[in-house]
Amino acid sequence: MTELIVAHVSEFQERRSRVLKLEGIEIAVFKLSDGSLKAIENSCPHKQGKLSEGMVCDHHVYCPLHDWKIDLNDGKVQAPDDGCVTAFPIRIDELGNVLLSVNLSDMRAS
Amino acid sequence: MKKLVMVGNGMAGVSFIEQLLKLNPNRYEITIIGAEPHPNYNRIMLSSVLAGDADMKDIVLNDWSWYEDNGIKLHTGHTVTNMDAEARKVETDGGLVIPYDELVLATGSLPFMLPLPGADKEGVIAFRDMKDCETMIETAKAYRKAVVIGGGLLGLEAARGLLNLNMEVSVVHVTPYLMNRQLDATASVMLREELERQGMHFLLNKQSERITGGDRVSGLKFKDGMEAEADLIVMAVGIVPNAELAKRSGISVGRGILVDDYMGTNVPNIYAVGECAEHRGISYGLVAPLYEQGAVLAKRLAGVDSDGYHGTVLSAKLKVSGVNVFSAGIFLDEPGTKALRVQDDLDGIYKKVVFKDGKIIGTVLFGDTTDSSRIFSYIRSGEDFSGREKEVLFGAAGGGKGTSNTDLVSAMSGDEIVCGCNGVAKDTVVEAITEKGCVSIGEIKACTKASGSCGGCKPLVEAILEATVGADNVTAAKEGICGCTTRSREEVVEAIKSMRMTTTKEVMHVLGWHNPEGCTKCRPAINYYLGMIWPEDHEDEPESRFVNERNHANIQKDGTFSVVPRIYGGVTTPKDLKRIADVAQKYDVPLVKITGGQRIDLLGVKKEDLPSMWKDLDMPSGYAYGKALRTVKTCVGNTFCRFGTQDAIQMGIDLEKKFERLSTPHKVKLAVSGCPRNCAEATIKDLGVVAIDGGWELYVAGNGGTRVRAAELLVKVKTEQEVMDWTAAYLQYYRETADWGERTSEWSIRIGLDTIKAALATKEDRDALISRIDKALSLMQEDPWKQIIENDGLRKAFDALTGPTSPEAAAAGESK
Repeated sequence: MTELIVAHVSEFQERRSRVLKLEGIEIAVFKLSDGSLKAIENSCPHKQGKLSEGMVCDHHVYCPLHDWKIDLNDGKVQAPDDGCVTAFPIRIDELGNVLLSVNLSDMRAS
Repeated sequence: MKKLVMVGNGMAGVSFIEQLLKLNPNRYEITIIGAEPHPNYNRIMLSSVLAGDADMKDIVLNDWSWYEDNGIKLHTGHTVTNMDAEARKVETDGGLVIPYDELVLATGSLPFMLPLPGADKEGVIAFRDMKDCETMIETAKAYRKAVVIGGGLLGLEAARGLLNLNMEVSVVHVTPYLMNRQLDATASVMLREELERQGMHFLLNKQSERITGGDRVSGLKFKDGMEAEADLIVMAVGIVPNAELAKRSGISVGRGILVDDYMGTNVPNIYAVGECAEHRGISYGLVAPLYEQGAVLAKRLAGVDSDGYHGTVLSAKLKVSGVNVFSAGIFLDEPGTKALRVQDDLDGIYKKVVFKDGKIIGTVLFGDTTDSSRIFSYIRSGEDFSGREKEVLFGAAGGGKGTSNTDLVSAMSGDEIVCGCNGVAKDTVVEAITEKGCVSIGEIKACTKASGSCGGCKPLVEAILEATVGADNVTAAKEGICGCTTRSREEVVEAIKSMRMTTTKEVMHVLGWHNPEGCTKCRPAINYYLGMIWPEDHEDEPESRFVNERNHANIQKDGTFSVVPRIYGGVTTPKDLKRIADVAQKYDVPLVKITGGQRIDLLGVKKEDLPSMWKDLDMPSGYAYGKALRTVKTCVGNTFCRFGTQDAIQMGIDLEKKFERLSTPHKVKLAVSGCPRNCAEATIKDLGVVAIDGGWELYVAGNGGTRVRAAELLVKVKTEQEVMDWTAAYLQYYRETADWGERTSEWSIRIGLDTIKAALATKEDRDALISRIDKALSLMQEDPWKQIIENDGLRKAFDALTGPTSPEAAAAGESK
């Protein structure tokens, strides 16, 4: 696991997201109403909709294409649909830097 | 296995088979022979097909797979021509020979065609099956004048459908009173007045003599010498049981096929159900008795005891939007009967309950039919009201015992039909609640079809639900605007108004949402309601809008976006076209397309390119993504066209400039045509303006989408200012009363065009609506594309994070 500085917390708006491109993978970073950040792969397991464009409700995001509901904490698709996207650990340090943990060797292998 | 063959594939027969399969699924090898090329459909919903509110697939009751799943052999397009009771087999015109052990005749009825001279002309039809519906829809495209012979239930529903198809409709009736089989004179006159208001013409007390014309009908001549012009004549004077086949085969036939209380004919192993049968001298033409007969026969053939069929008290409900009529039993005064009447001309309400020896024997309700299921159940139960007759309409005064819905439901037997349209018995509804977990009317409807057609039994279904799960649980399971709440749209809107709430968070918090931040159904809805109610105080929440409205572009399946600049009225210039072309080239736009609404669509644009593209275009947003005014489509009108009667282009541009960017419950599409040839297709728009000589016609609530629906005439006006005013008032009324996400066509079907017309009827009411929409328009922000270009904060949301492009760079950043 490598922890990378990817942004500053001031670059985010509540219940909105920003996109990060890393090693050819798109990661969507969301800011929730409680100020915390969540990061998941930016592709819905259903039809690869861009989750970054979805509506954020509490700690869930709804895919903009077909309304699949995904838990931002663990990337799990909620019933009645089924599936999972990769979730990445993310935190904010005391300076407001946004730190994302990724496993680079895994990402490069895929 | 024994062979069961049924002749006829209609509602009565198939409902019988369904009930038989439930009782004893493995007893018979079943074959059904039907003449129409369709699976079983809901014939009584044909008027909705005609009205454009449903299409064929919506009214299919049992689709092809149902037959397959139940192992039923189905032969459609076959007519049985011969029946051999000795050899126990039937033959069809297609050459099939099918042996049987038990034979059920469910051949239904045939429309009665008056034997008038000229009745064989083209354009003379009945209103009985899908084909008749299709003929009417086709005819309406090329012809204008329709005459319906018969002012009964069927005739009036046909006439209403033809009005919806924009035909001029006259209804001919042989007596002075419409629906005289179901209504008394008072109710009949009220009905006529209401239908005249809807645009129907009546020729009452008229006997038809002959149909005139060449190959095609051109008119109808009456015995009194009068004549009516007609391009189409629909005969809806009644039905005759289709008993021909039975008669030829030696089965006893009166008016219909004679059956005993167990639906058996005089020939062993041959039965009849439905409209083809005659039981105790009566052949029924309404749907509820047919289901009851089917239930009795199903029990007999399944080997289950029953006490047979004893006839049905008839009830009737007219399926015409904006008109509530119900009648049941014996509703005319006779010697020995006494009636309780309430007549309220102010609200157009009439109620009559007929008593004999203290018991209710019949009723007629007009205008307000909420009591219909309660009174109808009294008729069937034979409850004695001696000395307290007035309680039936006025409730128990002074603490007397009133009948609650729960009592009503517990008094019903399990196999009593709740929903006459779809033949759903009480037990089926109860089972849906207890075994399938239905907790709302909507779920029961989806599960059993009860209350899915005319909706007349909704109060009764509600009562059963309440009686089954208890009133408290129903409240808890009440349908909200989404799964996050039990609050209805009305409750939410009322709470926003009375508590002056201005953010979605506040609404969800105060009204106790289950999910603190709602879902994709309620959040945008509440954001819309807030903006509609408090245009000054509510700050629009981009995070509560869908991606397209948030980004002011349409997301495509690959995550790219499309860009549609505003082109008012579809009128552009060489200069604008050049700029659009330059931008398309500069940004390598993969596809440039002209849209259905006369705009130019640049598709396949990367999100990060959107703001700079908008800047280069230097045109306002076309709002092709929004729940807002999309486009005003126009024809060239009298600017160039030799047929044009008015300046359609300018009218369209003026409308688009006035109403652009305004939030509406769903997208709104407008069109302006310069003459009735209607090249701008104004009659399938949310609001369509059609120029006529010396004025304009405004059509509303049309739709060209999934469910095509012709717009209906709202008003004819003389001046451009009146077009603007009526449009403003209509749009504001839509904004204020529609559910979020509801198109004008659905909204108009739900609340009724007459409600809309009434709300806009007086100048005073229109002016109030106009002043509210003007206020909302005056508070609207400028073009969103311009705002985003000029505001760095807004613009940044379109860019990807500039964070580390490679992990090494990021790691280096971390080590600092």
